[in-house]
Amino acid sequence: MSENRVNDFVLKIGTVNGTGSASANGLLLKALFRMGIPVTGKNLFPSNIQGLPTWYGIRVNHKGYMARSKRVDVMVALNAQTYQKDMDNVSPGGFLIYDSTWPRERQLSRTDITILGVPLAKLCNENFSDARVRILMKNIAYVGVLAALLDIDTVILHSLIEETFASKPKLVESNLKAINLGFNYAKENFTCPLPIRAETMGDNSKHIMIDGNSAAGLGCVYAGATVGAWYPITPSTGLMDAFKAYCKMFRIDEETGKKNYVIIQAEDELAAAGTVLGANWVGARAFTPTSGPGISLMSEFIGFAYYTEIPSVFFNVQRVGPSTGMPTRTQQCDIMLCAYASHGDTQHPLLFPANPYECFEMAVSAFDLSERLQTPVFVLSDLDIGMNDWMIPELKWDDNYRPDRGKVLSSEDVDNLEKFYRYLDVDGDGIAARTLPGENPKGAYFVRGSGHNKHGMYTESSEEYKDLVDRLLVKWDTARTLVPKPVFIPAEEETSIGIVAYGSSDGAVLEALDNLRDQGIHADYMRVRAFPFNEEVTHFVEQHETIFVVEQNRDAQLRSLLILETNTDARKLIPVLHYSGMPIPSACVVEGICEHLCAKDVA
Amino acid sequence: MSFIKKPRVDFPGQLSNEIGLLKRDYEGVLSTLCAGCGHDSITAAIVQAFWELSIAPENVIKLSGIGCSSKTPAYFLSGAHGFNSVHGRMPSVAIGAHSGNRDLVCIGVSGDGDSLSIGFGQFGHAVRRNLNMLYIIENNGVYGLTKGQFSAAADKGSKSKKGDVNQWKNIDAVSTAISMGSSFVARSFSGDREQLVTLIKAGIMHPGCAILDVVSPCVTFNNHAGSTKSYTYTRDHYHPASQTDFIPPANEIKVSYAEGTSTVVELHDGSRLLLKKADSGYDATDRSRVMRYLEQQRAQGEVVTGLLYINAELPEMHRIYRTSETPMKDVEFEKLNPGSDALAKLQARMR
Repeated sequence: MSENRVNDFVLKIGTVNGTGSASANGLLLKALFRMGIPVTGKNLFPSNIQGLPTWYGIRVNHKGYMARSKRVDVMVALNAQTYQKDMDNVSPGGFLIYDSTWPRERQLSRTDITILGVPLAKLCNENFSDARVRILMKNIAYVGVLAALLDIDTVILHSLIEETFASKPKLVESNLKAINLGFNYAKENFTCPLPIRAETMGDNSKHIMIDGNSAAGLGCVYAGATVGAWYPITPSTGLMDAFKAYCKMFRIDEETGKKNYVIIQAEDELAAAGTVLGANWVGARAFTPTSGPGISLMSEFIGFAYYTEIPSVFFNVQRVGPSTGMPTRTQQCDIMLCAYASHGDTQHPLLFPANPYECFEMAVSAFDLSERLQTPVFVLSDLDIGMNDWMIPELKWDDNYRPDRGKVLSSEDVDNLEKFYRYLDVDGDGIAARTLPGENPKGAYFVRGSGHNKHGMYTESSEEYKDLVDRLLVKWDTARTLVPKPVFIPAEEETSIGIVAYGSSDGAVLEALDNLRDQGIHADYMRVRAFPFNEEVTHFVEQHETIFVVEQNRDAQLRSLLILETNTDARKLIPVLHYSGMPIPSACVVEGICEHLCAKDVA
Repeated sequence: MSFIKKPRVDFPGQLSNEIGLLKRDYEGVLSTLCAGCGHDSITAAIVQAFWELSIAPENVIKLSGIGCSSKTPAYFLSGAHGFNSVHGRMPSVAIGAHSGNRDLVCIGVSGDGDSLSIGFGQFGHAVRRNLNMLYIIENNGVYGLTKGQFSAAADKGSKSKKGDVNQWKNIDAVSTAISMGSSFVARSFSGDREQLVTLIKAGIMHPGCAILDVVSPCVTFNNHAGSTKSYTYTRDHYHPASQTDFIPPANEIKVSYAEGTSTVVELHDGSRLLLKKADSGYDATDRSRVMRYLEQQRAQGEVVTGLLYINAELPEMHRIYRTSETPMKDVEFEKLNPGSDALAKLQARMR
């Protein structure tokens, strides 16, 4: 009945929020990773602290596909509330594991899957006395069951437990005991391993497992950011948590115990934005992590920073908006919001990391770009990248790197000038030199919104205002040449079909490309990595007759930007959209493209 | 008025301060406020105070929000960087600026609309963090630039120029700041230059968030009969609760004072504030008594002025946070960046 699926399956675990399943799931993920198999972990969790259902999906794929798959090959259903639904979701030929401490016969209604009962609660109740420990160990026990069923290397599991609890030997003992309870039960009662199983594969030693928020927070540390201001909001919170943790590791002076960083948990996002502007104005690298609703609140300051040309870095870890209900679901829904955030004529550079590796890299380049261009720069991550566990190549650092502080005049530079004019474009690139407070009275200027002229003086003159906003367009063209270029994957055969995607949609497109090729559909792929669009983007759009724009929002926001900013024919840009709040699977891309092409053939 | 370049006036006998600067070195561009505006008197007092303290203008940052009051930083210390931010958000910019460079002397100028309505939250949180700055609220009880609406500081029963009577209770910056745990709260009147200069000096030197509420009549929209923020009303109800002398670190206290009638508060840098009590029993270091006193005087319709509350021991933001003495903007990149070896080591734990 079941096909053999070695290193190609999806494991899903359904538990109750707040029962400690995260560490068990992490253990499974890392064990598979250490077996050298490409693996990703995606958390589907409620906006809740304790009591609601939560799922963790692990995709194991020898080809390295990272996107969410809609398949469920092995389901561990530990939440009575969702038991029926969890069973319904198992793909035909798959396996369902449940806690048989309580009888569930009446619910065992599927014949096309294999149902395996393990009395997890009973086993743990018999072997552990403390109530809380019993709940926690039930999770570790299912890791043992899965180790037997999926042939997960137990030596690796044991060493992982020893490493995790190195400072608490008692916990090593109880965790190992729980693993063995599950493992032995499965070995004694089922045919192990299942046809769906893992097998030691390649070498993952040049890879790491990390989430995008941690990588971005680490990037801020490496970029030399010293001031972080924020207001807690899911799913961006992990970014500041990471910045804080790495600062504690690397930024506390050993002699004095004093901090080489300042983290301000502001009273709201407006204050967080103001703090970021204030710090950058005096010459410190400062940033804020937030999500869509936060950007809405920050918008007044964002426009102010655009006009007054104050560097500032905004991380938007996108989620479904607004407000309650779906804040723990992913989307790419703030593209338009960030591109033109604020009142008046405003436009902002955006960076689109596709994975935690790029979160690290782009965190650093965001500061460089922002200081070079003296303008707000957005890093548009999302919940899927930010909060899920990704396998990425190990991060590299070039010790010769030095921050690009842009055009900042020193006190001596100012002395050598006849007069300092804050907004005078001397070089023709639209960027004027700035000075920092605290250095030279001759370099002092007054920051104020739109009413200033090129000399930095107050004005209400129409000509002087136009002069200023037109110069900002020159700067925008400079930005176009500085932002990261797109990544191209050309088709094996010449084709007039193009696919455009960005950010976390990348994985689904990469997988879809193989699938489409097998069906005889060849497409060139361009992953856009930044806004404003550089000439490579415009060229790609011009060169293809049909372009599928894949994104995770309802309104085809990148497509809109392409229409607005490249003068392309809107009719040739075909939207392929996924906006359920779940990460986009490759099937969505394949179906979207095939449907369009078939419809065209019929016509 | 607005586009005239301010002439530099030289006259014989001008005094230099300790760093060789004249008072005009502390001035800014020509004010564009209405003739007779209380805010201009405050600007003049700020110029005087900074000059007397011999603070180099380039070491100062001056910030503001939006409104008539928030225009004034352009009118003093042209050698200091200025930041005319968005409405009600001056404190957050100040927090950022001070996070990035703690060596800067920070003065924020706000108004009653800017701090007690749109920016009430930020005002509260600057106090809560005890951000090391002088925070002046130029309080005229009215929105001037939008032509005469009541502000949250307008007293209940106060009459607008058009004849409307304010129905709402006012928010009092002084008692609010004290109840929020402020370390320095003072009130003054733009018409009392001597008191104002002393309080500005004390506020600048105070190592924490010094809130200075200054009643500053709006000659155009709030200086009529029936207004409780007019020159006439304020003069009639003016009641100094304490008189303050600021004594720089080097100077001995030479002023004689009767035992039990004065308090000396020592600031972080060794300078001292000598508080002479106008009312017997008034103690600016006793929070609960201060609150009771203010309530009593309020009931009598008095505008109590002076340094009303001080606690010089409350640590300011960076002391609480244990920030490096070196301003963040000056910390060498080598100290900020952990390098490639550390990155490799860190990643060993991610496998």
